[in-house]
Amino acid sequence: MAGPNSLYGPLDPAPDAGYVDAPPRMGFFTDTSVCIGCKACEVACKEWNLVPDDGFNLLGTSYDNTGGLTANSWRHVAFIEQPAARSGHGTDTPGAFAGMPTGPSASAHTAVVAAGTAQDTGTSPGVPAAPDALAAAATIKAPGTGTQFLGMPGSDLPGRTMDAPRSDFRWLMMSNVCKHCTHAGCLDVCPTGALFRTEFGTVVVQEDVCNGCGYCIPACPYGVIDQRKDDGRAWKCTLCYDRIGDGLTPACAKACPTESIQFGELDELRARAAHRLEKLHEQGVEEARLYGHDPDDGVGGDGAFFLLLDEPEVYGLPPDPVVTTRDLPAMWKRAGVAALAMAATIVVSFAGRRR
Amino acid sequence: MRPREERDNPRDEKLSPPPAGHEGSGLTRDAGGGSRAPRRGGKGGGRGDRSMVPPADFRSYYGRPIVKPPVWHHDIAAYLFTGGLAAGSSLLAAGGDATGRPALRRAGRITALGALTASTYFLINDLGRPERFVNMLRVAKPTSPMSMGTWILSAFGAAAGAAAVAEAAPILPGRGVLGLARRLLPPVGTAGQYAAAAVAPALATYTAVLLADTATPSWHAAYPELPFVFAGSALASGAGVGLLAAPCDQAGPARRMAVCGAALELYGAHRVETTKGILSEPYRDGRAGRLLRAGRALTAIGVAGALLGRRSRVVSALSGLSLLTASVATRFGIFDGGVASAKDPKYTVLPQRERLAARAAAAANGGASGTDAKTTDVPEGSGSGGIGV
Repeated sequence: MAGPNSLYGPLDPAPDAGYVDAPPRMGFFTDTSVCIGCKACEVACKEWNLVPDDGFNLLGTSYDNTGGLTANSWRHVAFIEQPAARSGHGTDTPGAFAGMPTGPSASAHTAVVAAGTAQDTGTSPGVPAAPDALAAAATIKAPGTGTQFLGMPGSDLPGRTMDAPRSDFRWLMMSNVCKHCTHAGCLDVCPTGALFRTEFGTVVVQEDVCNGCGYCIPACPYGVIDQRKDDGRAWKCTLCYDRIGDGLTPACAKACPTESIQFGELDELRARAAHRLEKLHEQGVEEARLYGHDPDDGVGGDGAFFLLLDEPEVYGLPPDPVVTTRDLPAMWKRAGVAALAMAATIVVSFAGRRR
Repeated sequence: MRPREERDNPRDEKLSPPPAGHEGSGLTRDAGGGSRAPRRGGKGGGRGDRSMVPPADFRSYYGRPIVKPPVWHHDIAAYLFTGGLAAGSSLLAAGGDATGRPALRRAGRITALGALTASTYFLINDLGRPERFVNMLRVAKPTSPMSMGTWILSAFGAAAGAAAVAEAAPILPGRGVLGLARRLLPPVGTAGQYAAAAVAPALATYTAVLLADTATPSWHAAYPELPFVFAGSALASGAGVGLLAAPCDQAGPARRMAVCGAALELYGAHRVETTKGILSEPYRDGRAGRLLRAGRALTAIGVAGALLGRRSRVVSALSGLSLLTASVATRFGIFDGGVASAKDPKYTVLPQRERLAARAAAAANGGASGTDAKTTDVPEGSGSGGIGV
């Protein structure tokens, strides 16, 4: 049962855990490039799994008022606002936005630009894009000069007031979740056997066994699993163990309107992700990268992996997580040496002359 | 110091935010959320000559921690002390009994039971569901130091308990059932005492593995030395009990135990506080730093007192007290240092960045040697800190 890679290295976890004829390993591929930040995943997860609320707080961190993965938030949508030209590597070049409009985000001028860039859909009613839109734009009255913003909603039409200049701002949104690691630190250190490996290769807490020792919480290299304060036990995403056993899609993936969260057999998801990455690179999204897909990484690959548009730490993910139990044999050895040193000390201390 | 670091790490440019005030940008760097805010990496890191000096800046998600700090309360820090004390005093008792020093035997056995009782209380009290503590005995899992610890503590508890109860034999009446107990207890106690002493080194050192086997950055990084800190601390506290309880003519071994234990503890703590790069910082700063410094000073005072005050009962007792307090301070210091390292994302991100950079550099230089080189997921020119120099 325990193979050479049981603690570290590439592995198929379910057979390693002792399952015979285990079904294919299931997982999530979360493609953040199509996430729209709707939080349907957070809501669906709470509703299906009856997860209590996490407090109704305004955190002042963009649209993220969840804060992170906790015992009461098994999906968490991260929101990052950043200047796109400085977003990641490769776009730090000046002129990355050359040729793009610089005026307000919606104005007559941008309408002209938009008219020229629209794709031919093949259903054109035969009206060409207004060639004289610029001239038409000139006839639009300049924004009122005598008005002053008094803290009330404006009454003018959108696009007719000069407000913030166009920025190179971009959103990053990512629905974070338990990674269901190949080598799961939480599972390794659990002293009661409450955490277990399912036949799908996922990691689930048995709530009727967990005694709230809390060891899994600092053991997780991603900071996912957490203790519910009024309950004492540890909770985290189950990858909807109760649904996938019946052939259903997990609640979050089911609810995702853009298929940012994809559920399926891990092998297939990995292939799909590689294809998507290739496509994004073709389209010039150089900063796209996969995270957690690699079976050779520090946790043996994640069951739930991601396509990111910036460095992992920007999303609150560790850049190079390693399962802590990789070093456990070395730790026990060091402890053994220290224990021998203790025994030797006692012998030396008491073997001395009688006094 | 900082300018030099930055010269040595040109890739810092990749991690540090570009100058603010980009033309036409609606966002200043600060308005872009904490995710872009630069975090300065420590106060110079102490050792400028180390190649492991991490880059000074990194990005995080609104400064939030990445790994979760332990949810353990100070019960666990207290248990680190009482567990070590139980181990140290049971060794003292065994040594004392074997060499005919009854005062050491008695004090050791009784302290071991007291410390064990306190340990059990702290451990169960810290559970989220204390009434389910017996679930610990469902499994025996070598990958879980807490599971191993439960079994070690159970074995130790039975043995040390028998040894301590046997101390009551002389006060039992000579006849009847209790009289039988009076005759049976001493050999049972002796057996228990030696069994407890055999388990004691494991009890004192497994707690180091317990802390190190987490993703808490400063605990995990300290795994090679932490067992020595805890072993030394346990010996010193056991010696402290001996110095407190035994008359001067029996306390000789306790003095030698104090010296050896203090040496182990100081060596380990010094390594932990100086050789872990940025991950040593949490052990030097804040409350953890104050506790560890206090522990070191008290250890030194205790050892000095134990050696110099060998003819004075009072000085010996004070030294013993000093050693016990030192052990408490050291345990709480190590505990707090780990918690502090988990609360600041820089301790998670910077060492991992450093690791990635080293791996990428190795792959770039050798290529062949990098069996574990993870470069496939890094698109060209987007190197996640990876285009190391």
